[in-house]
Amino acid sequence: MAFDIVFWILAVVSVGTALAVVLLRNVFRAALFLVMCFFTVAGLFVTLQADFLAAAQVLIYVGAISILIIMAIMLTREFWRGSQAGRLRVSALVAGLLLLGVMVFVIVNTSWQISEEPPKVPTTAAIGSQLFGEGGFLLAVEIAAVLLLAAVLGAIALIREK
Amino acid sequence: MSVGLEHYLVLSAVLFCIGLYGALSRRNAVVILMCIEIMLNAVNIALVGFSRYIVPPLVTGQVFAIFIMVVAAAEVAVGLAIIMTLYRSRETVDVEKMDLMKW
Repeated sequence: MAFDIVFWILAVVSVGTALAVVLLRNVFRAALFLVMCFFTVAGLFVTLQADFLAAAQVLIYVGAISILIIMAIMLTREFWRGSQAGRLRVSALVAGLLLLGVMVFVIVNTSWQISEEPPKVPTTAAIGSQLFGEGGFLLAVEIAAVLLLAAVLGAIALIREK
Repeated sequence: MSVGLEHYLVLSAVLFCIGLYGALSRRNAVVILMCIEIMLNAVNIALVGFSRYIVPPLVTGQVFAIFIMVVAAAEVAVGLAIIMTLYRSRETVDVEKMDLMKW
C-alpha cells in the first residue's frame, strides 16, 4: 500500500514537472523543473528496485546534464525572450495526443506475461556481469566508449574559436 | 488495483508524449533539447519496468537503460555545442530562424 502511494506521488510530480518544462515561458525555471523531473524518475527507478540506475540517474542527469543545460541557457542569453510556442503548436498537440492514445490502447490491451520471480537486489553485480561477462554486452560497452570519445571530440571541434 | 507494469508503461507513454509535444512545438533550441531528455527518460522508465516485471533475474532492461544514458550524455554534449555555435554566428537559438538549409 505504501508502495502504491509512493508510486502515485512520483507519477503525479513527474508528469506535472514535465508539463511545466514544456509549458513555462521562462527557460531557466523550465530547466529547474527538468531537474525535479529527473529526480522523480530516479525515485521511480527506486520503486522498480533498480538501485544502481537510480544512483546513475542522479549522477548523470541531475549532476551533469542539467548543469550543461543551465550553462547553455546562461551562455545564450536568450531566456528573457522566453520559450515561445511555434506555428506547429496545434498539430504537435494532435500528434502527441494521437500517439498517447495509440500507446495507451496497446498497453492496456496486451496481456503481459508477468513473472513472479523476485528481482535481484542489489543489481550492481548482475549489471556488471551482464556488461562484462561471458555472452554479455562487451562489444556494446566498447562501442559506447568510442561514441563518448567521438562526441566529446566533436563538441570541442564545434565550439572552438576559429 | 495495485500498481503493476501497466502503470509504469502508461506513465512512460504520458511522459514521452509530453516531451514529443514540447520538442515539436517549442521554438527555443535549448528547450527542445530538454524535451528530448524527457523523452529519453520516459523510455528508460519503460525499459526498467519491463526488466522488473517480465524478466526480474536478468537485468537486460537496466543494461539497455545504461546505454541510453550514455547516448543521452553524448547527444546533449554535441547538441549544446551545435546550439552554441549557431548562437555565436546567428545571435539566436530560435529554430524558426535557423533556415539556412531550407530550400
